[in-house]
Amino acid sequence: MTEPALLSVEGVSVDLPTPRGNLRAVDQIDLRVGAGRTLGIVGESGCGKTMLSRAILQLLPKKAKLSGRVMFDGQDLVGLDPERLRKLRGRSLAVVFQDPMTSLNPVLTIGTQLIETLQEHLELDGNAAKRRSVELLAAVGIPAPEQRLMQYPHQLSGGMRQRVAIAIALSCEPKLLIADEPTTALDVTIQAQILDLLAREQRRRHMAMILITHDLGVVAGRTDEVAVMYAGRVVERAPTPALFKKMRMPYTEALLAAIPKIDAAPHTPLPAISGRPPDPTRPIQGCSFSPRCRYAAGQCHREKPSLAAAESLDHQYACFHPIEVAAGATA
Amino acid sequence: MATLELSIGEEVAVTPVRRTRRLGPLFWAAIAWMTFVFVAAALANLLPLLSPTDMDMLERRASMSAQHWLGTDGLGRDELARLIYGARISLIVGLCAPVIGITIGGALGMLAGYFRGRFETLVVGSMDVLLAFPPLILALAVTAYLGQSILNLTCILGVLGIPAFMRVARAATLTLARREFVIAAQALGATHARILLRELLPNVFLPLFAFFLLGVAVTIVAEGALSFLGLGVPPPISSWGSMIGEGRESLEIAPRLAFLPAIAMFLTVLSFNLVGDALRALTDPRQGAL
Repeated sequence: MTEPALLSVEGVSVDLPTPRGNLRAVDQIDLRVGAGRTLGIVGESGCGKTMLSRAILQLLPKKAKLSGRVMFDGQDLVGLDPERLRKLRGRSLAVVFQDPMTSLNPVLTIGTQLIETLQEHLELDGNAAKRRSVELLAAVGIPAPEQRLMQYPHQLSGGMRQRVAIAIALSCEPKLLIADEPTTALDVTIQAQILDLLAREQRRRHMAMILITHDLGVVAGRTDEVAVMYAGRVVERAPTPALFKKMRMPYTEALLAAIPKIDAAPHTPLPAISGRPPDPTRPIQGCSFSPRCRYAAGQCHREKPSLAAAESLDHQYACFHPIEVAAGATA
Repeated sequence: MATLELSIGEEVAVTPVRRTRRLGPLFWAAIAWMTFVFVAAALANLLPLLSPTDMDMLERRASMSAQHWLGTDGLGRDELARLIYGARISLIVGLCAPVIGITIGGALGMLAGYFRGRFETLVVGSMDVLLAFPPLILALAVTAYLGQSILNLTCILGVLGIPAFMRVARAATLTLARREFVIAAQALGATHARILLRELLPNVFLPLFAFFLLGVAVTIVAEGALSFLGLGVPPPISSWGSMIGEGRESLEIAPRLAFLPAIAMFLTVLSFNLVGDALRALTDPRQGAL
């Protein structure tokens, strides 16, 4: 990555006070996203993906403590004046959430929600905003957009609602779109459509995107770079083709192996990652994946490996015993 | 997968049922009675009624006749006219007092539920203080100090209603403020004022309005109770409560003098309750499904 980064996350940690003690949800993360590029963030539930996205947007719960820097377009979002931050959100930074059932206001029509966002940020008058809303809905593939403007979210299907949520997020031509598990709550047949839509709009608008998911299959063909997260840390980071050709971190390998294969023989047991992620309120000594790692040796239990580049500068991983074989063979 | 199943269930439940949900004859009967009372009270000046305050000592407790359709009361005043003018007082107080409650209580509750923290503690604490104070004593003190008038009566009943509205608004706001659409609005750069007024208020308003109708019913009864005790509207003016109070003296001779206003009040309160319940039932499942 030689171009200047649009977003650069530098040493960001998020601490949440809980009754059981401090919970480190995000631990010293460094990430960069260039303009127009796509970064995939992959990890299982509870690994800190969503907290990281909220940290980028400065939308953490009030009690959470954030440290580090989030540089976006040349300014640090951490500690930025609330009014300037508010203007930045929506206009330059937008989000698509996981569940379109709850991310739209149930008692306002689609039109109201879209038109008001446009009026608020682009200072369009009512008619212009309405025309633009119709265009946006058409762009995200909603048939009969004029009629849809008058409908309420509950009158639309899940896929339609997510399209509306995407239309709202795209409405002000953001420079960076954060898609937080945009397809998790949707029907499998709709997932590919929504991902294709996001990819198409991203290319058209030359927008950077962070695609957060727990499914390595989702990021495979649609991202430029992938960061694999485990227990609040990035454990492997590489350009997408390099990662899938030659993954080095055992966790990445285990994640990929856990995707069911369509051509597997019937009654093949699904390979699962045994055990559970570590309790984030009690950080363990050594590599946080070591209790579940089949390659773990003595050093893994004592020392925490740091994220470092090995053969190429782009491919970084945090492991003492990286996998040497081509990852494709594990399937 | 659970979300998928849910979404299917919701589509099935919402789409066909939504418009065709039956409100039932009871609901429409309640609406009809409310309309009747409202129209009669609003047009009392235009209706060919006898004066509700003119006394006729020769016609005391006269039974029903062509001149006095519902007879006269203990001072020879026309019962029908007093009933209709009384409806005015009962409705004015019954509607205005909850308006005070829903405005102040609703605003405080939403602010408390949205901003949380010290402000919430302060609001909830002061409401608990207000709740702990015996309402009747408060009403007595205020009317003794400021005098009996419709305005004072409305204000005191309104203030007493604030804690309940505050609680409903706060409870609704607390659950809604955690929903993703509020975070989505923040992510789109909405101000606090915008989130409160455009995102939360339309959602909070539905349960609050259903509660408002129940509040009207309760207030009419409360006004009746205060008037019955002689703390309500000053004497020449009639209200249903004061009419029941006056009718009490002649229960053996002319029981209708107490029962007619009581029945009017009963039907009106029942109507408000039925409509309030129906509206709540209509809005609740949709809220839950989303």
